[in-house]
Amino acid sequence: MKIAIASGKGGTGKTTLSTNLAAYLAEEETVVLTDLDVEEPNSGLFIHGNLINQEDKYKMVPQWNSEKCILCGDCQKVCNFHAVIRITDSIMVFPQLCHSCYACSELCPTGSLPMIPEKMGELREYQSGNLHFVESKLDIGQEQAVPLIAQTLRYVDDKFSEAELGIYDSPPGTSCPVIEATKDADLVILVTEPTPFGLHDLKLAVETMRELKKLFAVVVNRYGIGNDDVLDYCRTESVPVIAKIPNSKRIARLYSQGKLLYTEIPELKAQLDKIIDYLRDQSWRAAS
Amino acid sequence: MKIVFTAKGANWESAIDPRFGRTDYFFVYNEESNEVSTVDNRAIAETAHGAGPQTAQKLFELKPDVLITGNGPGGNAARVLAQGNIKIYAGAGDMTVKDAYEAYKKGELQEF
Amino acid sequence: MKEIVVISGKGGTGKTSITASFATLGGRDVVVADCDVDAADMHLLLEPDFKTAEDFYSGEIAEIDQDACIQCGKCAEVCRFDAIPVIDGKYIVQSLDCEGCGYCARVCPVEAIAMNLQNVGEWYISTIKTGSSMVHARLGIGAENSGKLVAKVKNEAKRIAEEQNRELVIVDGSPGIGCPVVSSLSGANFVVLVTEPTVSGIHDLKRVYQLVRKFGIKAGCIINKADLNDSVAAQIREFLNENDIVHIVDLPYDESFTEAMTRGKTIVEFDKGELYTLIRKSWESIKDIVISQ
Repeated sequence: MKIAIASGKGGTGKTTLSTNLAAYLAEEETVVLTDLDVEEPNSGLFIHGNLINQEDKYKMVPQWNSEKCILCGDCQKVCNFHAVIRITDSIMVFPQLCHSCYACSELCPTGSLPMIPEKMGELREYQSGNLHFVESKLDIGQEQAVPLIAQTLRYVDDKFSEAELGIYDSPPGTSCPVIEATKDADLVILVTEPTPFGLHDLKLAVETMRELKKLFAVVVNRYGIGNDDVLDYCRTESVPVIAKIPNSKRIARLYSQGKLLYTEIPELKAQLDKIIDYLRDQSWRAAS
Repeated sequence: MKIVFTAKGANWESAIDPRFGRTDYFFVYNEESNEVSTVDNRAIAETAHGAGPQTAQKLFELKPDVLITGNGPGGNAARVLAQGNIKIYAGAGDMTVKDAYEAYKKGELQEF
Repeated sequence: MKEIVVISGKGGTGKTSITASFATLGGRDVVVADCDVDAADMHLLLEPDFKTAEDFYSGEIAEIDQDACIQCGKCAEVCRFDAIPVIDGKYIVQSLDCEGCGYCARVCPVEAIAMNLQNVGEWYISTIKTGSSMVHARLGIGAENSGKLVAKVKNEAKRIAEEQNRELVIVDGSPGIGCPVVSSLSGANFVVLVTEPTVSGIHDLKRVYQLVRKFGIKAGCIINKADLNDSVAAQIREFLNENDIVHIVDLPYDESFTEAMTRGKTIVEFDKGELYTLIRKSWESIKDIVISQ
């Protein structure tokens, strides 16, 4: 079972939920938690384990080999991303702009643009008892999250193909990185807060999930602040609200310290139980 | 010397465009012939990425000796510009093209 | 005309609420740009009238003309993104997977593939409750947030500021460290970093600051919910000190932020006590720094 934790708005509590849910479940069974918010991964601040593996992650980009190049400029013509240009008598490549489509490399008449790996980020795998944790971080200056998210998903699929339960902490928003992070999930949990910003961004996230034809459910965090418009919306749209985590300065304080919450906050544990019941019940699989 | 300014308009009173890659215009002044011309770069707004290198390419076609701009070219553009022998001066961001030229002649602009 | 960009690295620190407060205090002196286009929220506080709306195009998606297609499979062969599966014997481009590189179109022997420009969102010019102008946008689902829409919003805001002779453009920036943030930061005269004293907050602050430093832009920091954790707050102040980042203000943890938002108001319209004073003083300090540059 692959569960992605996403949201429209940033800061609603995705990482809080994914880390606490994963740690709680891992008390009884094997869980793989993957942090796909590669621009700003935070799960590692709350989950600690032994470092099992560390890998540099690469994306393929062209590199100019001047030897046989006839400076025809075809490479520039076929690049839709302006990542290759011909300037005076050399070819320049801009790796941050490259989407690794290989067009320039494969269409070059002289084979002067072989593709080489360029480091874009790092993946780290940790283990703590039953909990396996994989986190990827994009290097500063790298502009595209999607290739690293894709490679991280592949790593987890390959290494943990036998695992029963995977939890995926997604980036916020509704653009490409979120699509990539949630596209293989069996269920997406959208975390929101009961405020106008939360509601507005939840609507965008719901639209996105419907477009992707993903099964999804909502968890309301910081319940108690704002108003009930989010609940009204979910009711009107027949979107299941599977848990309401209460607003509490105590929760905020523990979170600020990098602590897991469920062992200290019974109300949170109770809400996690509700989520786990929903996941296990699996009646959501029948919906479409 | 052939001097190119990044500009927001097509004459001496126009403001310098602080950006390089997404500059609106190039204002070109040839000191020997005293000729002035402009290149409209506004279509660059349609480009999502790689504005710097594209604009740098356009600049190269003009074969300038000097480039005067505001903030200086960004990383990608700077890489391209390094391929040519163009002297780049920054710091003219708040001036008109005319004032920027005068500042350049007096040596008041910073070489990039 | 100067540009102030407000970013946070991490979501939920109060960036948008604070930016909207500054916009309100700035009144007619400022033009507002909401560059947080993947989840734009400022309009919920500033009552924009959406006077002008324009479609926004970016990127291309391949489309195969099934009548012309000879099913040679060359397109699928060259596609690195697995975007052209065979469905019921036909090669059909999956738009959510298509990267828009155009390689398939170039190799198709019968030229059956068109690259279509995508309408990925809309941008708007509004008059807001202060009588000033705001440029904002909505990015469509699954769109690539390349920074192009951010650049568009910013440029329009700057153009309006020049036309209307306004002193300042205030920008609500994008989260993260990728293209949209880079686009938000480009051309800024001053960056306001909004953070919170949590381990996540300081972690993301340091990461996004690396980007700010690359640009060499002067920066200041607001520590929101400052009394939540004294120890982390102190670490943040130390970081600010070491890096010559102006410590603008500490704002206390206060649920007025949410209450104000729930009523569609900025904090400075809702609160007239300590929060108002602190935010007002912050705005004055920021203006002083920026105008004296």
